[in-house]
Amino acid sequence: MIATTLTDGLTALGPASRAAGAAGAGVAVRLQGLGRRFGAMAVVADLDLEIPPGQFLALLGPSGCGKTTLLRLIAGLDTPDRGSIRLEGDPEGRSRAYVFQDACLLPWRRVLDNVALPLELGGVPKAERREQARRLIQLVGLEAASERYPDELSGGMKMRVSLARALITRPRLLLLDEPFAALDDFTRQHLDDHLQGLFLAHGMTVVFVTHSMAEAVYLADRVVMLAPQGGGLVLDQRVDLPRPRDQDTRVSPGYAAHIHDLATALARWAPGGVVA
Amino acid sequence: MPLTPPRLATWLPPVLSFDILTLVMELGLWVLAVPDYLLPRPSQVFIALYVNSAELGRSILQTSIAASAGLLASALLGVLVALALSINDVIRRAFYPYAVFFQTVPIVAIAPLLVIWFGYGLRTIIAVSFIVSVFPIIANTLSGLLSTDPALRDLFRLHRAGTWTTLLKLRIPAAVPHFLTGLRIASGLAVIGAIVGEFVADDYSQGGGIGTLVLVSIKELKTDKVFAAVLMASLLGLVFFALVNLISRFTRRHWHIAETRE
Repeated sequence: MIATTLTDGLTALGPASRAAGAAGAGVAVRLQGLGRRFGAMAVVADLDLEIPPGQFLALLGPSGCGKTTLLRLIAGLDTPDRGSIRLEGDPEGRSRAYVFQDACLLPWRRVLDNVALPLELGGVPKAERREQARRLIQLVGLEAASERYPDELSGGMKMRVSLARALITRPRLLLLDEPFAALDDFTRQHLDDHLQGLFLAHGMTVVFVTHSMAEAVYLADRVVMLAPQGGGLVLDQRVDLPRPRDQDTRVSPGYAAHIHDLATALARWAPGGVVA
Repeated sequence: MPLTPPRLATWLPPVLSFDILTLVMELGLWVLAVPDYLLPRPSQVFIALYVNSAELGRSILQTSIAASAGLLASALLGVLVALALSINDVIRRAFYPYAVFFQTVPIVAIAPLLVIWFGYGLRTIIAVSFIVSVFPIIANTLSGLLSTDPALRDLFRLHRAGTWTTLLKLRIPAAVPHFLTGLRIASGLAVIGAIVGEFVADDYSQGGGIGTLVLVSIKELKTDKVFAAVLMASLLGLVFFALVNLISRFTRRHWHIAETRE
């Protein structure tokens, strides 16, 4: 319920701020001839990809196709063996944020101080960072839990804390690595709506790794598919469904058509049918 | 749940088995007419406990002071050594073998050496207790410092946290449960170490610890008193273990960290 009202609230502000966002809030990502191998295995090979500012990109593919590796490279957590990564509008990569597969919270800290952690590491004084953290916690609808510890929260709540922590630095490039994969379907759709609301309100560039076609189509402006073992891009498809997307979107003909297109394309590229 | 009194089914079996065993032993030793100096009957041990309660109490106090000091030294120095070893691979490879060696060296063999260095008395006893109990703390704390969740380390790296910040805000707090596991193992060892220390180095200045009492009673052929002392020594070990467990549980609850899987 909270998420729905929040999304509505954000959409009310939506168009204007999104327009502003598209004008310059997001970072453009340019990958050229990118390669990364682990031992003899090329996980990413000779990859070119351009992500314009303010785009919501879903990276789709079976496990082992290098999605996480690619995301870590963009995040600067790993260095490429060849090729280049350019972040236009943020050459030093200071406005990147990353959401991990698990919520990855510090168990000995309250929600408030978990969310404030990135600011704390950046040297922001305590009072200020806590005030910011309170705002973010409100944004993800967790006010009641801000003094609780992670072990007292459900999986979905932990993930929302993780989202709030990622957003507290006002990132202009948000990287998410299958953030909701471990959650039940209901919670997952809830958080998808949440993420969409945050995206519409803040107008950042988003790279979202997932292995769910439905989630990719629901969330993204563009879906990109990677083939296993450095096979590169095998699919690059725009999703032009109107935003904000909601429950009606999930049953609309356009949505079904997109998923059908994806599935057909994937079947062509993965004749073994191993695509999840 | 923890506040409700334990159910009959929980405490009755051990109490019953203790009663029966004691009774069987009492009757058996009496029927077989085993001499007291070989194996005293339980009733004689209980009498010895009562008759010598003042002396036993004093010895227990003496030993627990030495064991506490030894354990405290282990906790402090053990953590420092673990921190030093966690700095990098080269230091760890160069110096960790000494920590292992420290553990494998037969303490009974080097205890007389410690007497030469530190003389008779509390200092040597504490040193023995320390040597015996420090390794589990070093080993566990070190493994805790080295096994920080890689994703959390990435998070800190992403936000450009330095080595020092990462150590203080991530690696040390994350190692606390491992340290507590080490402390729990060390608590029992510290008591054993103190008793072994008293065997070789007690100067009787405070009337002697529980180890000394055992030695003296054996020389006097007061086997019932030896048994009384051994009983008290085991009890002391148990109390130490229980206390550390309590501290550990309190800390875990306070810090919201789960039990480490062992």
